[in-house]
Amino acid sequence: MKKTILKKPKGFIDVYKHKAGAEKDRTHYCPGCGHGILHKLIAEAMEDLDIVDDTILISPVGCSVFAYYYFDTGNFQAAHGRAPAVATATSRANPDKVVISYQGDGDLAAIGGNNIIQAANRGENIVVFFVNNAIYGMTGGQMAPTTLEGQVTTTTPYGRNTDTDGYPMKMCEVISQFTAPTYVERVSLHDAPHIRKTRAAVRKALQNAKERKGFQFVEVLSTCPSGWKMDPVKSMEWVKEKMLPLYPLGVYRDKGDEARVINRPVPIMEPATVWEKLGISADADVDFPRGDVPEQYKKMSIRVAGFGGQGIMVTGQALASVALEYGYNVSWLPSYGPEMRGGTANCSVNIQDGVIGAAEAVKPTMLLAMNRPSLEKFEESVVPGGTLIYNSTLIDIEPTRTDIKVFAIPITGMADELGNTRVQSLVNIGAYAAITGAFRVEDIVSLLPKLFKGKKQAIIDLNAKAVKAGFDFVKENF
Amino acid sequence: MARMLMKGNYASVYGAAMAGCTAYYGYPITPASEIAESAAALFPKLGRTFVQAESEVAAINMVYGAAGSGQRVMTGSSGPGISLKMEGISYCAGAALPCVIVDIMRGGPGLGNIGPEQSDYNQVVKGGGHGNYRCIVLAPASCQEMCDFTFQAFELADKYRIPVFVLTDGVIGQMMESVVIPEPVKELPDKSDYAVFGTPLNKNLVNSIYIDHDDLENWNLELLKKYKAIEKAEVKFEEYMMDDAEIALIGYGSVSRVLRTVVDDCRAKGLKVGLFRPITLFPFPKNEIAALPGRGIKNVLTVELSTGQLVDDVDLALSGVIKSDLYFRLGGNVPSADEISNKISELYGEVK
Repeated sequence: MKKTILKKPKGFIDVYKHKAGAEKDRTHYCPGCGHGILHKLIAEAMEDLDIVDDTILISPVGCSVFAYYYFDTGNFQAAHGRAPAVATATSRANPDKVVISYQGDGDLAAIGGNNIIQAANRGENIVVFFVNNAIYGMTGGQMAPTTLEGQVTTTTPYGRNTDTDGYPMKMCEVISQFTAPTYVERVSLHDAPHIRKTRAAVRKALQNAKERKGFQFVEVLSTCPSGWKMDPVKSMEWVKEKMLPLYPLGVYRDKGDEARVINRPVPIMEPATVWEKLGISADADVDFPRGDVPEQYKKMSIRVAGFGGQGIMVTGQALASVALEYGYNVSWLPSYGPEMRGGTANCSVNIQDGVIGAAEAVKPTMLLAMNRPSLEKFEESVVPGGTLIYNSTLIDIEPTRTDIKVFAIPITGMADELGNTRVQSLVNIGAYAAITGAFRVEDIVSLLPKLFKGKKQAIIDLNAKAVKAGFDFVKENF
Repeated sequence: MARMLMKGNYASVYGAAMAGCTAYYGYPITPASEIAESAAALFPKLGRTFVQAESEVAAINMVYGAAGSGQRVMTGSSGPGISLKMEGISYCAGAALPCVIVDIMRGGPGLGNIGPEQSDYNQVVKGGGHGNYRCIVLAPASCQEMCDFTFQAFELADKYRIPVFVLTDGVIGQMMESVVIPEPVKELPDKSDYAVFGTPLNKNLVNSIYIDHDDLENWNLELLKKYKAIEKAEVKFEEYMMDDAEIALIGYGSVSRVLRTVVDDCRAKGLKVGLFRPITLFPFPKNEIAALPGRGIKNVLTVELSTGQLVDDVDLALSGVIKSDLYFRLGGNVPSADEISNKISELYGEVK
């Protein structure tokens, strides 16, 4: 003889302790609402698949905002529409867990439209149960993206007008456009046979999730007697008569055995390994011994300026990098913002002992001008007694200042002679070394493989030649 | 070598990696993009999570999910992106989730521009999103501090279960300096009392709804208690040449560096000028600023890259006891040391 056992599935919390008020043995849902049925199907499936203790549920904003009252799982309550984003991170943090994003139509298709699309497209290891009841229930019956044409809601009091409100959104059809999703099906709760089909879809999605097979999407056509202002029986009929023709039931995607298992890496936390993986050595930094640097070159504020593409930023960074190896404090600040699109580029470098204040070389002790506009713009700013290096290959005017030291160096020409205009930066570094006495050529050359990591040896060798050329030119001519 | 030359934006990610941050969720925006880029470069090497989110809103909600899952998690952005994140930050505050948000401020309002400004001060320091909440706000002024403060931000976030901002401007984000990488964290705090892991023993709930009015009032009072405790214990500031100063310059972030140069220039001219630099913006060093008149300070000049956001807090602290002035630049312009020195002469010519 058949025996009927009525019991609460283990997927539910015994007493709804999180629920406000005294009634901790019943749900907050209205009579005839589909959420209760779907909740039960999910709770039963979790028990039967033995995943109650391995599941994390994300509750949305909407009527199911309190889904966490009922499920005996780890629980999140998410901001409106963001359950897929929260689920994404939860799943990445707990890759071996079943993560459920439970959402209504306003939450998923309106405010969270982008979030569901992107989570689906990334193929996140999550299950989405999408309850489509064609209305906003929680806020009192406003239009949802899934509201039917002509349907009266509190914000479509004359019926949904497709000219002004657009058309009902078909989310299974949207989600199944993407490559990543594993399983997409639309089911309905309007009668017992269809509830059985929903039960099967819920189980399939959760089974896939248990096996970490990517993105599962189950759209459930559901009732909202309160929002629709119908009794529960009429609501069931309305789903059948009005919703089914618009929202065809069935499987929209099933990768079956093709579905890939998504694995996530295990974070490396062991301190020594962390440093090793990032190429950070625990050895103490050893500075190059400093040479005899005249007083005026001990605290440098340098402006490097020229056209974009003249190696302005590289020159500045190389100056800072090399100075750092002599134990100086250094800073490098690019001009960024509107100027950087205007064809001229400049950067500021500070090299000194002690704390560096203002990073921008507003009153530089040295100007390195690579083109005429830079010389014209910045010559006046150099402090009295300061130094000007200018690129005499491209600058056809004489500097006007007589209270600063001037070095005219055919920087571009020397680089071209070496066979590559791009080594101008290294000519600059060599010239700087010769003028200030702050760097030795052999030290600079020894740093080149580090400065130009990943470059071919031929490039490194050419750069070394350029450094030497810049250095020698200054020594021979000034 | 633990010493490296790098941009401030990169330095913050190194700090995060050393602090045991296992997940980065972010969206590109100038001048903060290098934060996402460096996380994308470094985190996979460490088996950690990097996701380029579909939006700023998604990114902060991913942060909510990761923080609620017990991870040390971080995001980074700039002005417009921070505005978009505000709802999510409010949720993190409401659910008492620890997380770190780096804001590399740019020019506003609206699309503004990508030059440095400090005009996110109000939205970041005062809460910004809906509801009664505060975030701890650290204001680095160098690349080393970008690294160190980001590291400390994770410690503070976990200590108080609170979102922590690392707030600076495009100058600090974009500039390069030498950074000594700190040693990686050895032990991470146990979060099993609140985080959701999805295990038999852990059925926690991450939530900010309190449907009952009394419950929500009580929760707000709990949060308030936490903010008071933070105000008591976590104030940080830095002083330079303040002992005999008669004029105090107040500024944070990149401005404080210019002000240091101003102090040197003024001292060379015999002017008794000092620098007071708030390091924590919440908690704000209000008691220390209130004490300035008693220490012989006759005038306070606040300098900021906003039209008077920081100075509001300075004035609240000073309560009108002494004269307080404001100098600002906007739109990506940074004041030069000379320009501020001139302002000092103009305002306080009489002070010797």
